[in-house]
Amino acid sequence: MHLNKLPKLTFWRAVLALILAAGAYSTYARFFHGLGASTNLSDRFPWGLWIGFDVLCGVGTAAGGFTLAAIVYVFHLERFRPIIRPAILIAFLGYARVGTTMLYEVGRPIRIWYPLILWNPRSVLFEVAWCVMLYVTVAGLEFSPVILERLGWKAPLKILKAVMLPLVFFGILLSTMHQSSLGSLFLIVPTKLHPYWYSPLLPLFFIVSAVGVGLALLILASHLSARAFGACIEQSILVDLGKAMAVVMLLYATLRFQDLWERGTFAYLRQPTVETTAFLLECLLGVVLPIVLLLIRRVREDPEGLFAAAVLVITGFLLNRLNVSVTGLEGWAGGSYFPRWTEVAVSVSTVAAAVFAFGWAVRYLSVFPPARPSDGKTGEITSARAARELKPATREAELVSRA
Amino acid sequence: MSKAILVDTTRCIGCGACATACKVVNKLPLSDPGAAHDLPTKPLSDDGLVAFAQSHGEVGGNLSAGALNVVEAHGNVFVRRFCMHCADPTCVSVCPVGAFEKTQTGPVVYNQDRCIGCRYCMMACPFGIPRYEWEKIWAPRVRKCHMCAARQAKGLQPACTLVCPVQAAIFGERDELLKEAENRIRQDPGKYVNHIYGQAEVGGTSVLYLSAVPFEELGLPTDLPHDALPNYTYRVLSKLPRLVAATGVLLGGIFWITNRREEVAKKEKPEK
Ligand code: SF4
Ligand code: SF4
Ligand code: SF4
Repeated sequence: MHLNKLPKLTFWRAVLALILAAGAYSTYARFFHGLGASTNLSDRFPWGLWIGFDVLCGVGTAAGGFTLAAIVYVFHLERFRPIIRPAILIAFLGYARVGTTMLYEVGRPIRIWYPLILWNPRSVLFEVAWCVMLYVTVAGLEFSPVILERLGWKAPLKILKAVMLPLVFFGILLSTMHQSSLGSLFLIVPTKLHPYWYSPLLPLFFIVSAVGVGLALLILASHLSARAFGACIEQSILVDLGKAMAVVMLLYATLRFQDLWERGTFAYLRQPTVETTAFLLECLLGVVLPIVLLLIRRVREDPEGLFAAAVLVITGFLLNRLNVSVTGLEGWAGGSYFPRWTEVAVSVSTVAAAVFAFGWAVRYLSVFPPARPSDGKTGEITSARAARELKPATREAELVSRA
Repeated sequence: MSKAILVDTTRCIGCGACATACKVVNKLPLSDPGAAHDLPTKPLSDDGLVAFAQSHGEVGGNLSAGALNVVEAHGNVFVRRFCMHCADPTCVSVCPVGAFEKTQTGPVVYNQDRCIGCRYCMMACPFGIPRYEWEKIWAPRVRKCHMCAARQAKGLQPACTLVCPVQAAIFGERDELLKEAENRIRQDPGKYVNHIYGQAEVGGTSVLYLSAVPFEELGLPTDLPHDALPNYTYRVLSKLPRLVAATGVLLGGIFWITNRREEVAKKEKPEK
């Protein structure tokens, strides 16, 4: 068993090392040769991958944190408590990543903290900057008990427990504010952004789809963690998350369809443009298909089916954010933007680092509830393969923690 | 009160003196390296500037960090392109650190000491004006026309209007320039398109254009609303405090209800 695992591990380690090396080179290029030399950004495309992917998608994918915090702490749906920790960890890592890539993105990284002292409350970006800074602190504090537990520090743990509830509430409010504000960033370009994507309702679309993708990411993380580390979440919880995701995505689809209809946007579908292709791809692949899949019971209750639906929702979300921030603006700019490899390397390597950190935390901290023998009910992870994979992984984890 | 520039494209002869004058006062490299030799090292007097710019005109090219005012040729019509100095500027409203400011006297100016380089101003400007010093490593700046705010403070007019040999671009009070533009259209309705570009676009701008051909043929965006763009954001953002307060109360309420239910459930359990 152990021998079997070894080559797989080294392969992934090699990939990770390669990605991190590319990231390191890109970091050097960015900070020692400037934005012009390390990106394909230009006066026509002042915003590119780092805003579209790292900021818009990065913040969005962390929405699982506040969604689940609301489900457990506010609605008291205790069944979901087992996944609150992974959710908050994802949120924290997601935001930390956003903060890190912002250092690459802005032209003068040393001044990244300026919004703290130089205020322009009329600016949506000012509000986003503040919310991101505050939320990364909140998410860090929300997750810190896990670390304190491990260290066995009782006193700070007590203090944290006392303020946890207000903290969680504050976190939820912050999230509602800036998830929608990311959409508000684009309210100011009514003539530049293609009508497929420009709408006064952008902030609403952004927060609803963020909740959807937050749930999708939780499903994804639980699924992959089960496979890789033997962390175990009852499948029935995930199926319920899947149902919630279906409802949220239906809400999103309805809102967007109505809005597109009212603004007469469907007329553009007759034009065979890049925008039309991008729009159709986003809607069919990322919204319609996952909803259909989730509505089919057999698919929803099958771990692989649910996983596929979650992946589709995430894909649709990524496409949407990139369409809003890049594709939708290409017509006005009269050109097209494609990221340079160094830009991609920065994005990919920060994601890899976050995934690595997540994996590390799952291994050494109690993030997921301890795997326990299943009671054999249908719908739980008891498939022969899962069980087979669980055992060596837990044994390995034991060995590691003992060492 | 508020100054403006009126550009009458029917008068412009495309000499490019304004582009050169702009580069000289902003200490930007001239396109023709040979011309730089003719440039005295000591600051030019206004007369010297007029003479130099008129004999070294530059036409064509795109706006860039090294060219804040360019003369574009559209067919046989020449158009100066530079910052519109909006009345309620998008760039001012979007900058998270308030690096842009609309001054009382008209110019929209940039303070490089505040700028963090997020480039939201570039993304948002409806005219696509601000440019970035992409090649600079440590301290890149946003660049755009500042309507010679420093010259204006000294009581001088902007360099570009100063050097124009045919007064195709003139500097003055916005109200008076609007009246002048109306007069020109009224006196020669066959010549002009009946529209003063910049009078109402995005809530009005401090740069005004007159034209004999439709404005879209001059490369100026013509689908702009008459409402200032910052309002598009404000209409939504102003609802935010209410939304946050309502969400807060709602969440608190739900928490209270579900929590109570749990307590009740807890109490009832042992009795069963
Ligand atoms: S034209 Fe653009 S850069 Fe100039 S004042 Fe208006 S919004 Fe700002
Ligand atoms: S690039 Fe500078 S001036 Fe432009 S919005 Fe950002 S901080 Fe403000
Ligand atoms: S505006 Fe005046 S200075 Fe500028 S190109 Fe036209 S005629 Fe020459």
